[in-house]
Parts: sequence; C-alpha cells; structure tokens
Amino acid sequence: MPPTDTAPEAPTPEEESPGVSKEKKGGREEDGDGAAAALPHGDAPGIRFEKVVKRFGSNVVLRELDFAVEPGERVTLIGPSGSGKTTILRLLMTLEKLDDGLIWIGDDTLWHMDKGGRRVPANQRHLHEMRKQVGMVFQQFNLFPNMNVLRNLTEGPVRVLRASKDEAVERARGLLDMVGLSDKENAHPSQLSGGQQQRVAIARALAMQPKVLLLDEVTSALDPELVVGVQDLLRDIARESDLTMLCVTHEMNFAKDISNRVLMFDQGQIVEEGPPDRIFGEPAEQRTRDFLQAVLAS
Amino acid sequence: MQWNWNYTWDILPDLLDGLRTTVVATLLGYVIALLLGMVWTLLRRSPSRVFNGVVRWVTEFVRSTPLIPQLFFVYYVLPSWGLTIGPLTAGVITLGIHYSTYTAEVYRAGISDIPRGQWEACTALNLPRSRVWLDVVLPQAIRRVIPTLGNYLIAMFKDSPQLLVIQVTEMLLAAYKAGTESYRMLEPITLVGVLFIVVSVISSILVRRLERRYATN
Amino acid sequence: MSVVFDSREQWLHGAWLTVQLTLYGCALALVLALVFGLVGTSRHMWLRALNRVYVEFFRGTATLVLLYWFFYALPLVGVQINSKLVCAVLALGLNVGAYGAEVVRGSVNSLPKAQVEAVIALNFTPYQRMRRVLLPQAFALMLPPFGNLVIELMKGSAIVYTIGLVDLTKVSKNVQGFSGETVAPFLAVLVFYFVIAQILQLLVRYAERRVDRMLGRRPSREPSLSAVAAGAPGVKAAS
Repeated sequence: MPPTDTAPEAPTPEEESPGVSKEKKGGREEDGDGAAAALPHGDAPGIRFEKVVKRFGSNVVLRELDFAVEPGERVTLIGPSGSGKTTILRLLMTLEKLDDGLIWIGDDTLWHMDKGGRRVPANQRHLHEMRKQVGMVFQQFNLFPNMNVLRNLTEGPVRVLRASKDEAVERARGLLDMVGLSDKENAHPSQLSGGQQQRVAIARALAMQPKVLLLDEVTSALDPELVVGVQDLLRDIARESDLTMLCVTHEMNFAKDISNRVLMFDQGQIVEEGPPDRIFGEPAEQRTRDFLQAVLAS
Repeated sequence: MQWNWNYTWDILPDLLDGLRTTVVATLLGYVIALLLGMVWTLLRRSPSRVFNGVVRWVTEFVRSTPLIPQLFFVYYVLPSWGLTIGPLTAGVITLGIHYSTYTAEVYRAGISDIPRGQWEACTALNLPRSRVWLDVVLPQAIRRVIPTLGNYLIAMFKDSPQLLVIQVTEMLLAAYKAGTESYRMLEPITLVGVLFIVVSVISSILVRRLERRYATN
Repeated sequence: MSVVFDSREQWLHGAWLTVQLTLYGCALALVLALVFGLVGTSRHMWLRALNRVYVEFFRGTATLVLLYWFFYALPLVGVQINSKLVCAVLALGLNVGAYGAEVVRGSVNSLPKAQVEAVIALNFTPYQRMRRVLLPQAFALMLPPFGNLVIELMKGSAIVYTIGLVDLTKVSKNVQGFSGETVAPFLAVLVFYFVIAQILQLLVRYAERRVDRMLGRRPSREPSLSAVAAGAPGVKAAS
C-alpha cells in the first residue's frame, strides 16, 4: 500500500518550536551562486530523547537516555564503538525500532502518535510524515546502483514529494553543482570514487529538503585522501544552512569544525557534554580523556 | 560396427524435427517456470505464517521429487479427473512447474542478497513501498539473477529428453525410433549427444557472457 | 491406496534400488569431482584443460542421452557393459561429477587470497597447503552445493527405468499397469521420493553443522544467491 501524501496542510506549520535559532549570520550570500540556494532553509525542529531504551536481544544499547538538541543546533556524538551513537541516528531515521521512551522531533513524537488523547505506537503513515523532516547520510553511501546520479537525486523528490520531473531535475542539478559533481549526472555510482559517491549521497539526502540531517560516520569508508573533500562540503553545508545536524564521527578535527556541541557517549549514556573547544581542550571526565587519547594515538 | 555417414545424413532431418519439439517444449516450459516462480516468491512473502509454510512445503515437494514420476502424474492422473491433455502439453506444464520451484528460490535469494543499506536508503528517502520494489529492489534483483536463470534454461533443455516417457517425440525419442527402424542405434544416439553438447556448450558460453556483463561490483 | 499397500514388497525393492543408485552414483561423482575439480585449480595449463574437457562434455550432455548411449550405442562399438546398474551409475556419476568438479574448483578458487598467502608465508609445501588449510576450508563451502547435487542425483536416478531397471519409478508404472489405477501409484511414488529426499537433506544438514562447528562458523539459515547458483543443475559454480 503506497502511503498517501495528501496531508491537507503544508508539511511545515506544526513544528514551530519556540526557540528557533535566528542568530545565524544573515550574511550568507543568498542566491549568490545557486549553491546556497540549493540548501534547505526553514524552521528546523529540535530533537529530544526521553528515557529512551534500545535493546538488541539481551544487550541493552541505550538505557533510559535523555538528551536534547536545540533547533538548528549541530551536535557531534563521539565515543567508543558500541556505545550506541549510531543507534541514536538509526532510531531517528526509523531504521531501528524504539523499545521504550519517547523521541520528540519538534512538537511531535516520532514513534508515537496521538489517538483520541492517548499515546499509541505510530503507524506507517505517521512514520512517513515524521520521516519527511529527517535525512540521513550513510557510512556506505547506499546509492542505488541501478540508477544514474541524477536519478538517484530525483527519485525521492518525484516519488515522495510529488515534485514535477523538471523541478526535481533542476534542484538536483543545483545540488550537484554545490557538491562539485555537475559533470557526473549521467554516471552510475559504480563509476564514481568513494568520495564522489558520498557527495552524491549527501546531495540525495538534501534533495529531500530535510530539516534534520543525520551523518553516520560519513567518511569512515573513504580512502584518506578523499576524506577532506567530503568534510569540506559538510562544513560548507553546516555554515550555510540552518539544518539541525546530528553527526557521528571519529574525526575529531571535523567534529570541532562542524558542531556547536559535542556529546561523549559510553555504554549508552552521556559521559560528558559541552562545546567542542572544551571537550577536546580540557575534558573533565577520565573516560573522555582516555577515549580522545586513544583516538588521537591511532 | 563402422560409422555410417550416409545413414547419418538420412536420419538427420528426423532428429532436427525432434530438436524443434525439444526447443519448443523447453521454451514454453521456461516461460511457465519464470512466471510461476514469481508467484511462489510473492506467496512466500505473505504475512501469514501458516500460508507461508504450506507454500514452502508444496514447492519443496515438487522440487525434491523427480521429473519423470511428475510427468506420469500430470499425464495419467489429470485425465481421470476429467482433464485430458496431450503429451506435449503435459510435458510443457510439468517441466514448467518443476522448474518454477527452482526459479522461485533464485528470485528469493536474489531479493535477499540486496544489501540492507539499499532498504535503509529507501526508508531514509521515505520512498513508498511500491517504488522501493519497482525502482530499487526488482531492477537490482533481476540483474543479479539473470545469469542463474539462464543456467536453468540450459538445465531444462537437458531435462527435456525425459519427456519421452510420455511419448513426446523430442530429439532422443526421434533418434530411438529411427534407430529401431533400421536396427542401427550408434549413429542416432551419438548424433543426439553431439547436438546436445553443441547447444549447451554454446548456451553456457552465452550465459557466462551474461554473468560477466551483470557481475555485481 | 490399497494397491500401494498390497504391492509393498515391490515398492521397497524399488526404493532400495533408488537408494543404491544414489549411493553408488554419489561415490563415483565425489571421486570424479575431487579429482577433476582439484585438477582445475592447478597452475599447469594442460591439467586445467583436462578439467574443462571433462566438465564441459559431461555437463553439456543430458543424462538420459548419456544413459541411452552407454546402453544402446556403446555395445555396438565393442564395449559391452553387462550390468544395467553399472550403465546407470556411470551415467549418473559422470554427469553429477562434472557439476561437482565445478563446485570443488569454484570453492577452492574462492578462498580468500590471504589464506593462500598465509600458507605460502608459512612455507607449507603445495600438498600441505591443500591438505591442511585450503581443502578443509573449501570443504565447508562445498557442502551445501554438494547437498543439492546429492538430491539432484537421487532425482536423476528416475531415468534408469527407461533401460528396464526396476526402481521406484518403474514400480509405480508396474502397479499402474496391473491395477489400472493412476492416482494411488503415481502419488505414492512421489511421496516415496520426497521422503528419501528429506532424509538425504537431514544428513546433509547434519554434515553442514559439523563442518560449520569445526570452522567456528555460524550457519546461515537461507542460502544466498551464489549458493543457490552453485548447486543448481547446469550451473557454473562461483569462481
């Protein structure tokens, strides 16, 4: 059953959160080069985890996790592998099922919906609506190998957002221009380098005009010399858009540049949080110091 | 016994007639196998566990029993239920049903071999279920299974002589008849063997080419 | 169904012949598969050529045609095979052996290069490499497709009825002949084959589990496409 997109109202109004960060510098060159214009702008929602529990079998990955991300805030999650960082992103993208607790995106719960005043588990339709606000870039890119680059970018807008073909192509070209791959629109993913594929994947996520962007170890699968290009692109996007961003990465310099706040995770709990300068400069917790040392040593 | 070339040329037209029947039976059976296999695969994806189990056992039953008794069953039993069909039709249907249980397994494996990331990307893009299947899953799955399906076509071709048990005059039976008429079995049977090898070697070269072309990266 | 029960002796004899054909055929096929399969992984070109000739020839022919040839044509060129059973086992074994050889070759070739390099680094002799490291690993890869081949061979054995051997298929035909019934004998014969196939499958699963445990692997529940492709009749193993 194809979910219907005929929600009566435009998809924006209800997640009007109180403190939308307006302190963005107004000086981004509007329409300067079409690149910035390709980025989604609008009211980004905040995110809140309330006593979130996630188990895999008997293994409890997240135990009653609480944290919040302000609208338009860019948060990086760091911590040893297996600490549950990626699970947080996957829960937000509805790739994993929530076991307990609540996840708020804006003023609505992601995994629950209101039914006659009672909170019940979300149905597919609700998830579909909520997912419209969220985009994700994967470690392994996950481009569709059977489609060329342009089609990878237009498939979602045409099929989900019901954009016209021309409109979608135009937007896709704008995004490809932004990620520096205008000449590759007819190439297939297998003909691109890992770095190029990841840039296309970023463009694909943005083409859906999300308000929240999830970045799951986006440079981990790349050869070292290709990492910089992707990171630079994401820095630009962070600077020029007002997306709410959640980023899992092992690249501490990148984390420093891109985020307003860093959360250090261990065993499904937040060990420590703060602005990147402080977390990386003078971490308060021993576990954070150990982790950073181990990462920097590698 | 000496090889007799004159005799060989004499029986060749009969054998080629038989070859035509062989090819027709194989191709028609293949069409049934491809379509019916798809049906099995779809039925296996139904949410009812009981139904899934039934479908699984039915296909398992057909797949693990030999073609010849199946041919008997279709050819001799159906008439007693009031459904009389000719030998060639019975042969084609049986061949098709038999191999549909193989193609079903190929489709299933082709679909489940699609990396999880593809499904996840579809979720992340919020693609509706119909589009996930039509635009992402099936195009990739079909690409992957084409060589294997090609191999099953060859396999069916080589199983088709078994249709002679219900008197379908395909190539081997044609050869056998020619041989009994003239009391010379050497040439006809050898010739059939050669024709089979020629056709299947050529077609496996073609399939291998398909394999290379559709090799997944 | 009473005609089936009344002729139970015949059925059991038929089933026993089917089982015998399967066992002998598998034994022959296994030997041929190992010999020609390993030959196919050789560095020497002419050995590999030998593998190709065997595989292409016996995979390319239909088993029934091969059987007819052994039975009707071969005696005419002076090679008399006196036993029908031998004819049948030869035809089945040679044919399935060709598929098996492809499985063996494909499995050995698909082992990670690193394994080969590791044994070279340990200075094993070529024989030791094969015997101690590569074959045990390859064996685990071979087992599922081999299992499929065993069942294919068992099913394939139904063709022997055409040269007058009294296997399960022939018994069903006989019973139909003297009783005039069709449903009971032809349904019964399918059930017989099905039961034999299920028993064979159980044995294969058991072997797979043992090998998996030996190699510390987790068995996968559903076969992947390459596994489906590798054991299929007329199919080239992944290489």
